[in-house]
Amino acid sequence: MMETVQQVTPSYAAPLPEWLSAEHDMGTTLVAAEFPGGVVIGADSRTSTGTYVANRVSNKITRITDSVYCCRSGSAADTQALADIVSYRMAMHEIEMGRPAAVRTVANTFREMCYQYRDDLMAGILCAGYDRTHGGQIYSLPIGGMMVRQKVASGGSGSTYIYGYLDSNYKPDFTAEQCVDFIRKGVSLAIHRDGSSGGVCRVAIITANGVERRTFTGDQLFVPQ
Amino acid sequence: MRFTTSTMDLMPLQASQPFDPSKYRYTGPNVQPRQLPNTRSQAPITTGTSVIGLQFDGGVMIAADKLGSYGSLARYQNIGRLMRVNDHVILGCTGDYADFQFLRDIIDQKMIDEECLDDGIVTRAPALHCWLTRVLYNRRSRFDPLWTTFVVGGLDDDGKPFLGFVDKLGTAYTAPQIVSGMGGHLATPLLREKMDGQPPLSEAAARELLIRCMTVCYYRDCRAFSKFQIATLKAGSIKIEDDLEVKGDWEVAHFSKEHA
Repeated sequence: MMETVQQVTPSYAAPLPEWLSAEHDMGTTLVAAEFPGGVVIGADSRTSTGTYVANRVSNKITRITDSVYCCRSGSAADTQALADIVSYRMAMHEIEMGRPAAVRTVANTFREMCYQYRDDLMAGILCAGYDRTHGGQIYSLPIGGMMVRQKVASGGSGSTYIYGYLDSNYKPDFTAEQCVDFIRKGVSLAIHRDGSSGGVCRVAIITANGVERRTFTGDQLFVPQ
Repeated sequence: MRFTTSTMDLMPLQASQPFDPSKYRYTGPNVQPRQLPNTRSQAPITTGTSVIGLQFDGGVMIAADKLGSYGSLARYQNIGRLMRVNDHVILGCTGDYADFQFLRDIIDQKMIDEECLDDGIVTRAPALHCWLTRVLYNRRSRFDPLWTTFVVGGLDDDGKPFLGFVDKLGTAYTAPQIVSGMGGHLATPLLREKMDGQPPLSEAAARELLIRCMTVCYYRDCRAFSKFQIATLKAGSIKIEDDLEVKGDWEVAHFSKEHA
Protein backbone atom coordinates (compact mmCIF):
# COMPACT_ATOMS: atom_id res chain seq x y z
CA MET A 1 0.00 0.00 0.00
CA MET A 2 1.37 3.37 -0.98
CA GLU A 3 1.55 5.79 1.85
CA THR A 4 1.45 9.37 0.91
CA VAL A 5 2.97 11.70 3.38
CA GLN A 6 1.49 15.11 3.12
CA GLN A 7 4.24 17.62 3.49
CA VAL A 8 2.96 20.84 4.90
CA THR A 9 5.36 23.52 3.83
CA PRO A 10 4.70 26.44 6.09
CA SER A 11 5.10 29.92 4.76
CA TYR A 12 5.74 32.26 7.63
CA ALA A 13 7.27 35.10 5.69
CA ALA A 14 4.43 37.62 5.77
CA PRO A 15 4.53 39.70 2.61
CA LEU A 16 2.55 42.57 4.12
CA PRO A 17 1.83 43.55 7.70
CA GLU A 18 -1.48 42.08 8.83
CA TRP A 19 -2.83 45.40 9.99
CA LEU A 20 -2.87 46.76 6.45
CA SER A 21 -5.77 44.45 5.66
CA ALA A 22 -7.34 43.99 9.07
CA GLU A 23 -10.76 45.38 9.83
CA HIS A 24 -11.12 48.48 11.97
CA ASP A 25 -11.99 46.85 15.24
CA MET A 26 -12.76 48.41 18.56
CA GLY A 27 -11.25 45.71 20.72
CA THR A 28 -12.17 47.73 23.67
CA THR A 29 -13.32 48.11 27.25
CA LEU A 30 -16.83 49.30 28.06
CA VAL A 31 -18.35 49.55 31.53
CA ALA A 32 -21.63 50.90 32.80
CA ALA A 33 -23.15 51.04 36.28
CA GLU A 34 -26.39 52.26 37.80
CA PHE A 35 -26.64 54.41 40.88
CA PRO A 36 -29.73 55.89 42.55
CA GLY A 37 -30.47 58.87 40.36
CA GLY A 38 -28.88 57.82 37.08
CA VAL A 39 -26.16 55.85 35.34
CA VAL A 40 -22.46 56.24 34.64
CA ILE A 41 -20.95 54.76 31.50
CA GLY A 42 -17.28 54.60 30.63
CA ALA A 43 -15.00 53.39 27.84
CA ASP A 44 -11.38 53.42 26.73
CA SER A 45 -10.29 55.31 23.59
CA ARG A 46 -8.35 52.88 21.41
CA THR A 47 -9.44 51.88 17.90
CA SER A 48 -7.16 49.25 16.46
CA THR A 49 -6.61 47.83 12.97
CA GLY A 50 -4.96 44.53 13.84
CA THR A 51 -2.13 45.59 16.15
CA TYR A 52 -1.91 49.14 14.81
CA VAL A 53 -3.64 51.83 16.83
CA ALA A 54 -5.65 53.69 14.21
CA ASN A 55 -7.09 56.18 16.69
CA ARG A 56 -5.70 56.55 20.21
CA VAL A 57 -8.30 59.11 21.32
CA SER A 58 -11.54 57.73 19.91
CA ASN A 59 -14.90 58.55 21.42
CA LYS A 60 -16.83 55.35 21.98
CA ILE A 61 -19.62 56.99 23.97
CA THR A 62 -22.14 58.11 21.41
CA ARG A 63 -25.23 60.23 21.84
CA ILE A 64 -28.45 58.64 20.69
CA THR A 65 -30.82 61.11 22.31
CA ASP A 66 -30.24 63.85 24.87
CA SER A 67 -30.78 61.39 27.69
CA VAL A 68 -29.67 58.07 26.16
CA TYR A 69 -26.10 57.31 25.23
CA CYS A 70 -24.46 54.12 24.03
CA CYS A 71 -21.03 52.52 24.24
CA ARG A 72 -19.88 50.71 21.10
CA SER A 73 -17.59 47.71 20.68
CA GLY A 74 -16.84 45.45 17.73
CA SER A 75 -16.67 46.71 14.19
CA ALA A 76 -16.33 50.50 14.17
CA ALA A 77 -18.22 50.80 10.89
CA ASP A 78 -21.11 48.59 11.98
CA THR A 79 -21.63 50.33 15.29
CA GLN A 80 -21.36 53.83 13.86
CA ALA A 81 -23.97 52.99 11.23
CA LEU A 82 -26.28 51.44 13.83
CA ALA A 83 -25.95 54.40 16.17
CA ASP A 84 -26.74 56.85 13.36
CA ILE A 85 -29.82 54.91 12.31
CA VAL A 86 -31.18 54.47 15.84
CA SER A 87 -30.52 58.12 16.62
CA TYR A 88 -32.48 59.19 13.54
CA ARG A 89 -35.40 56.89 14.33
CA MET A 90 -35.56 58.04 17.95
CA ALA A 91 -35.54 61.68 16.87
CA MET A 92 -38.61 60.97 14.71
CA HIS A 93 -40.14 59.02 17.57
CA GLU A 94 -39.70 61.94 19.97
CA ILE A 95 -41.36 64.34 17.53
CA GLU A 96 -44.29 62.00 17.10
CA MET A 97 -44.69 61.22 20.81
CA GLY A 98 -44.02 64.73 22.05
CA ARG A 99 -41.75 63.50 24.83
CA PRO A 100 -38.25 62.02 25.20
CA ALA A 101 -37.83 58.38 24.19
CA ALA A 102 -37.67 55.78 26.93
CA VAL A 103 -34.32 54.05 27.38
CA ARG A 104 -35.92 50.69 26.76
CA THR A 105 -37.35 51.93 23.48
CA VAL A 106 -33.92 52.97 22.27
CA ALA A 107 -32.43 49.68 23.36
CA ASN A 108 -35.17 47.73 21.68
CA THR A 109 -34.64 49.63 18.42
CA PHE A 110 -31.01 48.60 18.59
CA ARG A 111 -32.02 45.05 19.32
CA GLU A 112 -34.36 44.77 16.37
CA MET A 113 -31.58 45.63 13.97
CA CYS A 114 -28.84 43.71 15.75
CA TYR A 115 -31.00 40.59 15.76
CA GLN A 116 -32.32 40.83 12.23
CA TYR A 117 -28.86 41.33 10.78
CA ARG A 118 -27.04 39.19 13.31
CA ASP A 119 -25.13 37.22 10.66
CA ASP A 120 -23.82 40.36 9.02
CA LEU A 121 -23.05 42.59 11.94
CA MET A 122 -20.29 42.53 14.52
CA ALA A 123 -21.63 44.87 17.16
CA GLY A 124 -21.62 44.76 20.96
CA ILE A 125 -23.47 47.71 22.45
CA LEU A 126 -24.19 49.02 25.92
CA CYS A 127 -27.20 51.30 25.81
CA ALA A 128 -27.70 53.45 28.90
CA GLY A 129 -29.67 56.49 29.89
CA TYR A 130 -32.27 58.09 32.07
CA ASP A 131 -36.00 58.51 31.68
CA ARG A 132 -38.69 59.80 34.02
CA THR A 133 -40.59 56.52 34.21
CA HIS A 134 -37.90 54.10 35.29
CA GLY A 135 -34.93 56.29 36.17
CA GLY A 136 -31.44 55.19 35.18
CA GLN A 137 -31.25 51.99 33.12
CA ILE A 138 -28.57 50.03 31.32
CA TYR A 139 -29.29 47.53 28.56
CA SER A 140 -26.64 45.17 27.33
CA LEU A 141 -26.84 44.15 23.66
CA PRO A 142 -24.06 41.66 22.99
CA ILE A 143 -23.23 40.13 19.61
CA GLY A 144 -26.14 37.96 18.48
CA GLY A 145 -28.89 40.43 19.15
CA MET A 146 -30.18 39.72 22.62
CA MET A 147 -31.11 42.47 25.04
CA VAL A 148 -30.91 42.30 28.81
CA ARG A 149 -31.17 44.95 31.50
CA GLN A 150 -28.32 44.97 34.02
CA LYS A 151 -27.28 47.09 36.97
CA VAL A 152 -23.62 46.66 36.06
CA ALA A 153 -22.66 45.85 32.51
CA SER A 154 -19.40 45.51 30.65
CA GLY A 155 -18.33 44.73 27.13
CA GLY A 156 -15.42 44.50 24.76
CA SER A 157 -12.26 42.45 24.92
CA GLY A 158 -10.94 44.27 28.00
CA SER A 159 -14.00 43.49 30.06
CA THR A 160 -12.87 39.90 30.59
CA TYR A 161 -10.04 41.13 32.81
CA ILE A 162 -12.27 43.06 35.19
CA TYR A 163 -15.19 40.74 35.88
CA GLY A 164 -13.71 40.00 39.29
CA TYR A 165 -13.17 43.67 40.05
CA LEU A 166 -16.70 44.65 38.98
CA ASP A 167 -18.34 41.77 40.82
CA SER A 168 -16.55 42.44 44.09
CA ASN A 169 -16.61 46.24 44.18
CA TYR A 170 -20.04 47.32 42.99
CA LYS A 171 -22.53 48.72 45.49
CA PRO A 172 -26.08 49.62 44.45
CA ASP A 173 -26.05 52.72 46.68
CA PHE A 174 -23.02 54.53 45.20
CA THR A 175 -23.16 58.28 44.92
CA ALA A 176 -22.52 59.69 41.45
CA GLU A 177 -18.88 60.42 42.30
CA GLN A 178 -18.31 56.97 43.78
CA CYS A 179 -19.82 55.45 40.68
CA VAL A 180 -17.51 57.50 38.43
CA ASP A 181 -14.56 56.31 40.48
CA PHE A 182 -15.73 52.70 40.19
CA ILE A 183 -15.99 53.01 36.42
CA ARG A 184 -12.71 54.89 36.02
CA LYS A 185 -10.79 52.28 38.00
CA GLY A 186 -12.43 49.44 36.08
CA VAL A 187 -11.53 50.88 32.70
CA SER A 188 -7.99 51.63 33.91
CA LEU A 189 -7.45 48.07 35.11
CA ALA A 190 -8.67 46.69 31.81
CA ILE A 191 -6.45 49.07 29.83
CA HIS A 192 -3.53 47.91 31.96
CA ARG A 193 -3.94 44.30 30.82
CA ASP A 194 -5.72 44.31 27.48
CA GLY A 195 -3.58 45.06 24.43
CA SER A 196 -6.66 46.07 22.46
CA SER A 197 -7.67 48.74 24.99
CA GLY A 198 -5.77 51.89 25.76
CA GLY A 199 -5.55 55.64 25.63
CA VAL A 200 -7.78 57.67 27.90
CA CYS A 201 -10.90 56.85 29.90
CA ARG A 202 -14.05 58.67 28.86
CA VAL A 203 -17.13 58.65 31.09
CA ALA A 204 -20.61 60.07 30.83
CA ILE A 205 -22.89 60.65 33.83
CA ILE A 206 -26.57 60.63 32.85
CA THR A 207 -29.15 61.89 35.33
CA ALA A 208 -32.43 63.80 35.37
CA ASN A 209 -30.37 66.97 34.98
CA GLY A 210 -28.80 65.87 31.71
CA VAL A 211 -25.43 64.51 30.74
CA GLU A 212 -21.98 65.35 32.03
CA ARG A 213 -18.96 64.07 30.09
CA ARG A 214 -15.46 63.69 31.48
CA THR A 215 -12.13 62.47 30.15
CA PHE A 216 -9.40 61.00 32.37
CA THR A 217 -5.90 61.06 30.88
CA GLY A 218 -2.44 59.90 31.92
CA ASP A 219 -2.00 60.03 35.67
CA GLN A 220 -5.74 60.41 36.24
CA LEU A 221 -6.12 56.78 35.24
CA PHE A 222 -5.60 54.27 38.01
CA VAL A 223 -2.36 52.30 37.64
CA PRO A 224 -1.66 49.40 39.95
CA GLN A 225 1.73 49.49 41.64
CA MET B 1 15.97 9.12 29.25
CA ARG B 2 17.43 11.16 32.06
CA PHE B 3 15.38 14.10 33.15
CA THR B 4 17.59 15.35 35.96
CA THR B 5 21.27 15.65 36.68
CA SER B 6 22.39 15.53 40.22
CA THR B 7 25.41 17.45 41.38
CA MET B 8 26.44 14.21 43.04
CA ASP B 9 27.16 12.85 39.58
CA LEU B 10 29.57 15.66 38.97
CA MET B 11 31.51 15.48 42.21
CA PRO B 12 34.51 13.18 42.35
CA LEU B 13 34.15 10.15 44.62
CA GLN B 14 36.80 11.56 46.87
CA ALA B 15 37.31 15.26 47.09
CA SER B 16 41.01 14.68 46.73
CA GLN B 17 41.31 15.71 43.14
CA PRO B 18 41.59 19.32 42.00
CA PHE B 19 38.37 21.14 41.25
CA ASP B 20 37.58 20.80 37.54
CA PRO B 21 35.31 23.64 36.38
CA SER B 22 34.59 22.01 33.04
CA LYS B 23 32.39 19.53 34.88
CA TYR B 24 30.06 22.38 35.77
CA ARG B 25 29.62 23.61 32.25
CA TYR B 26 26.06 24.36 31.22
CA THR B 27 25.41 22.11 28.24
CA GLY B 28 22.01 23.37 27.28
CA PRO B 29 18.53 22.33 28.26
CA ASN B 30 17.86 18.63 28.66
CA VAL B 31 15.81 18.49 25.49
CA GLN B 32 15.73 15.42 23.28
CA PRO B 33 15.94 16.08 19.55
CA ARG B 34 12.78 15.49 17.56
CA GLN B 35 12.46 11.94 16.23
CA LEU B 36 10.09 12.67 13.38
CA PRO B 37 10.62 15.36 10.78
CA ASN B 38 8.99 18.52 11.99
CA THR B 39 6.61 19.71 9.33
CA ARG B 40 4.98 22.53 11.26
CA SER B 41 6.80 25.53 12.54
CA GLN B 42 5.61 26.72 15.90
CA ALA B 43 3.56 29.70 16.86
CA PRO B 44 5.04 32.24 19.27
CA ILE B 45 3.35 32.25 22.69
CA THR B 46 4.69 34.95 25.01
CA THR B 47 6.07 37.69 22.79
CA GLY B 48 7.93 40.95 23.01
CA THR B 49 7.30 43.78 20.60
CA SER B 50 9.64 46.35 19.03
CA VAL B 51 13.31 46.85 19.77
CA ILE B 52 14.78 50.15 18.58
CA GLY B 53 18.50 50.65 18.01
CA LEU B 54 20.53 53.55 16.73
CA GLN B 55 24.16 54.60 16.41
CA PHE B 56 25.51 57.80 17.86
CA ASP B 57 28.91 59.44 17.94
CA GLY B 58 31.05 56.90 19.76
CA GLY B 59 28.54 54.13 20.46
CA VAL B 60 25.17 52.52 20.05
CA MET B 61 21.93 52.69 21.98
CA ILE B 62 19.14 50.12 22.07
CA ALA B 63 15.71 50.41 23.73
CA ALA B 64 12.90 47.93 24.35
CA ASP B 65 9.84 47.90 26.54
CA LYS B 66 9.37 45.47 29.40
CA LEU B 67 6.27 43.62 28.32
CA GLY B 68 5.68 39.97 27.48
CA SER B 69 2.33 39.71 25.70
CA TYR B 70 0.33 36.52 25.83
CA GLY B 71 -1.66 37.12 22.67
CA SER B 72 -3.43 40.37 23.40
CA LEU B 73 -3.06 39.99 27.18
CA ALA B 74 -0.36 42.19 28.67
CA ARG B 75 0.73 39.37 30.91
CA TYR B 76 4.32 39.89 32.10
CA GLN B 77 5.02 43.54 32.67
CA ASN B 78 8.51 43.48 34.11
CA ILE B 79 10.64 41.37 31.79
CA GLY B 80 13.90 42.60 30.30
CA ARG B 81 14.35 42.08 26.58
CA LEU B 82 17.76 43.71 26.42
CA MET B 83 20.89 41.75 27.18
CA ARG B 84 24.48 42.61 27.96
CA VAL B 85 26.43 39.87 26.19
CA ASN B 86 29.90 40.95 27.29
CA ASP B 87 31.75 44.24 27.68
CA HIS B 88 31.54 44.86 23.93
CA VAL B 89 28.10 43.68 22.80
CA ILE B 90 24.50 44.41 23.70
CA LEU B 91 21.42 42.98 22.10
CA GLY B 92 17.65 43.19 22.17
CA CYS B 93 15.08 40.60 21.17
CA THR B 94 11.62 40.75 19.61
CA GLY B 95 9.34 37.75 19.35
CA ASP B 96 8.97 34.60 21.42
CA TYR B 97 10.43 35.14 24.90
CA ALA B 98 11.10 31.46 25.55
CA ASP B 99 13.27 31.29 22.43
CA PHE B 100 15.09 34.42 23.62
CA GLN B 101 15.78 32.85 27.02
CA PHE B 102 17.01 29.68 25.33
CA LEU B 103 19.52 31.59 23.22
CA ARG B 104 20.43 33.88 26.10
CA ASP B 105 21.58 30.96 28.21
CA ILE B 106 23.62 29.57 25.34
CA ILE B 107 25.23 32.95 24.66
CA ASP B 108 26.04 33.35 28.37
CA GLN B 109 27.80 29.99 28.34
CA LYS B 110 29.71 30.97 25.20
CA MET B 111 31.00 34.03 26.99
CA ILE B 112 32.07 31.96 29.98
CA ASP B 113 33.94 29.57 27.70
CA GLU B 114 35.65 32.51 26.06
CA GLU B 115 36.75 33.85 29.46
CA CYS B 116 38.16 30.47 30.30
CA LEU B 117 40.11 30.22 27.05
CA ASP B 118 41.76 33.45 28.10
CA ASP B 119 43.53 34.01 24.80
CA GLY B 120 42.87 37.72 24.48
CA ILE B 121 40.27 37.22 21.74
CA VAL B 122 36.95 38.72 22.58
CA THR B 123 33.62 38.37 20.75
CA ARG B 124 32.58 41.69 19.26
CA ALA B 125 29.25 42.69 17.78
CA PRO B 126 29.92 41.72 14.14
CA ALA B 127 31.06 38.26 15.23
CA LEU B 128 28.03 37.64 17.44
CA HIS B 129 25.76 38.98 14.71
CA CYS B 130 27.28 36.53 12.26
CA TRP B 131 26.96 33.62 14.69
CA LEU B 132 23.31 34.47 15.40
CA THR B 133 22.60 34.63 11.69
CA ARG B 134 23.98 31.15 11.15
CA VAL B 135 22.09 29.72 14.12
CA LEU B 136 18.75 31.24 13.11
CA TYR B 137 19.18 30.32 9.46
CA ASN B 138 20.01 26.76 10.39
CA ARG B 139 16.88 26.45 12.53
CA ARG B 140 14.78 27.97 9.74
CA SER B 141 16.20 25.48 7.28
CA ARG B 142 15.08 22.65 9.55
CA PHE B 143 11.54 24.12 9.69
CA ASP B 144 11.93 24.64 13.42
CA PRO B 145 12.60 28.36 13.74
CA LEU B 146 13.48 30.33 16.82
CA TRP B 147 10.68 32.84 16.48
CA THR B 148 12.80 35.83 17.35
CA THR B 149 14.30 38.93 15.79
CA PHE B 150 17.53 40.27 17.23
CA VAL B 151 19.08 43.72 17.22
CA VAL B 152 22.80 43.40 17.98
CA GLY B 153 24.86 46.46 18.86
CA GLY B 154 28.44 47.26 19.68
CA LEU B 155 31.69 48.57 18.30
CA ASP B 156 33.44 46.70 15.51
CA ASP B 157 37.14 45.84 15.44
CA ASP B 158 38.01 49.35 14.23
CA GLY B 159 36.07 50.92 17.07
CA LYS B 160 33.23 52.13 14.84
CA PRO B 161 29.61 51.74 15.96
CA PHE B 162 27.93 48.59 14.64
CA LEU B 163 24.24 47.66 14.57
CA GLY B 164 22.92 44.44 13.07
CA PHE B 165 19.52 42.83 12.50
CA VAL B 166 18.76 39.09 12.34
CA ASP B 167 15.25 37.67 12.05
CA LYS B 168 13.75 34.21 12.37
CA LEU B 169 14.47 33.42 8.72
CA GLY B 170 18.11 34.29 9.08
CA THR B 171 17.75 37.54 7.14
CA ALA B 172 20.58 39.77 8.32
CA TYR B 173 21.76 43.25 7.59
CA THR B 174 23.51 46.18 9.22
CA ALA B 175 22.45 49.81 9.25
CA PRO B 176 22.84 52.99 11.30
CA GLN B 177 19.36 52.45 12.68
CA ILE B 178 17.73 49.08 13.25
CA VAL B 179 14.21 48.51 14.49
CA SER B 180 12.53 45.13 14.88
CA GLY B 181 8.86 44.37 15.27
CA MET B 182 6.06 46.77 14.54
CA GLY B 183 8.29 49.68 15.48
CA GLY B 184 10.05 48.99 12.21
CA HIS B 185 7.18 50.73 10.47
CA LEU B 186 6.64 53.41 13.09
CA ALA B 187 10.11 54.40 14.26
CA THR B 188 12.37 53.79 11.23
CA PRO B 189 11.13 56.87 9.31
CA LEU B 190 11.58 59.03 12.40
CA LEU B 191 15.12 57.79 12.92
CA ARG B 192 16.10 58.15 9.29
CA GLU B 193 14.69 61.65 9.10
CA LYS B 194 16.99 62.77 11.88
CA MET B 195 20.04 60.76 10.88
CA ASP B 196 20.29 60.50 7.08
CA GLY B 197 22.90 62.80 5.68
CA GLN B 198 23.60 64.37 9.06
CA PRO B 199 26.73 64.21 11.19
CA PRO B 200 26.57 61.54 13.90
CA LEU B 201 24.22 62.34 16.76
CA SER B 202 25.51 63.18 20.21
CA GLU B 203 24.61 60.75 22.97
CA ALA B 204 22.03 63.13 24.46
CA ALA B 205 20.39 63.75 21.09
CA ALA B 206 20.32 60.02 20.41
CA ARG B 207 18.66 59.31 23.76
CA GLU B 208 16.04 61.97 23.14
CA LEU B 209 15.31 60.58 19.68
CA LEU B 210 15.05 57.07 21.07
CA ILE B 211 12.57 58.16 23.74
CA ARG B 212 10.51 59.95 21.11
CA CYS B 213 10.40 56.74 19.05
CA MET B 214 9.38 54.70 22.12
CA THR B 215 6.57 57.20 22.73
CA VAL B 216 5.28 56.86 19.17
CA CYS B 217 5.43 53.08 19.45
CA TYR B 218 3.51 53.25 22.74
CA TYR B 219 0.80 55.37 21.08
CA ARG B 220 0.45 53.24 17.97
CA ASP B 221 1.34 49.63 18.81
CA CYS B 222 -1.35 47.62 20.56
CA ARG B 223 1.25 45.34 22.10
CA ALA B 224 3.48 48.10 23.49
CA PHE B 225 3.87 49.06 27.14
CA SER B 226 4.85 52.22 28.91
CA LYS B 227 7.79 50.89 30.96
CA PHE B 228 11.03 50.41 29.04
CA GLN B 229 14.80 50.05 29.22
CA ILE B 230 17.67 51.69 27.35
CA ALA B 231 21.08 50.06 26.92
CA THR B 232 23.95 52.34 25.92
CA LEU B 233 27.32 51.04 24.76
CA LYS B 234 30.38 53.25 24.37
CA ALA B 235 34.06 52.37 24.17
CA GLY B 236 34.73 50.76 27.53
CA SER B 237 31.33 51.02 29.16
CA ILE B 238 27.83 49.61 29.02
CA LYS B 239 24.94 51.20 30.86
CA ILE B 240 21.47 49.70 31.08
CA GLU B 241 18.84 52.11 32.34
CA ASP B 242 15.83 50.39 33.82
CA ASP B 243 12.51 51.83 35.09
CA LEU B 244 12.00 54.38 32.33
CA GLU B 245 8.41 55.19 31.47
CA VAL B 246 6.60 56.77 28.56
CA LYS B 247 4.09 59.31 29.83
CA GLY B 248 2.65 60.53 26.57
CA ASP B 249 0.68 63.60 25.65
CA TRP B 250 -3.06 63.02 25.70
CA GLU B 251 -4.26 66.62 25.35
CA VAL B 252 -5.59 65.79 21.90
CA ALA B 253 -8.23 63.61 23.63
CA HIS B 254 -10.09 66.76 24.62
CA PHE B 255 -10.60 67.80 20.99
CA SER B 256 -12.70 64.83 20.00
CA LYS B 257 -15.97 65.14 18.15
CA GLU B 258 -19.10 63.06 18.66
CA HIS B 259 -18.11 59.94 16.77
CA ALA B 260 -14.63 58.62 16.41
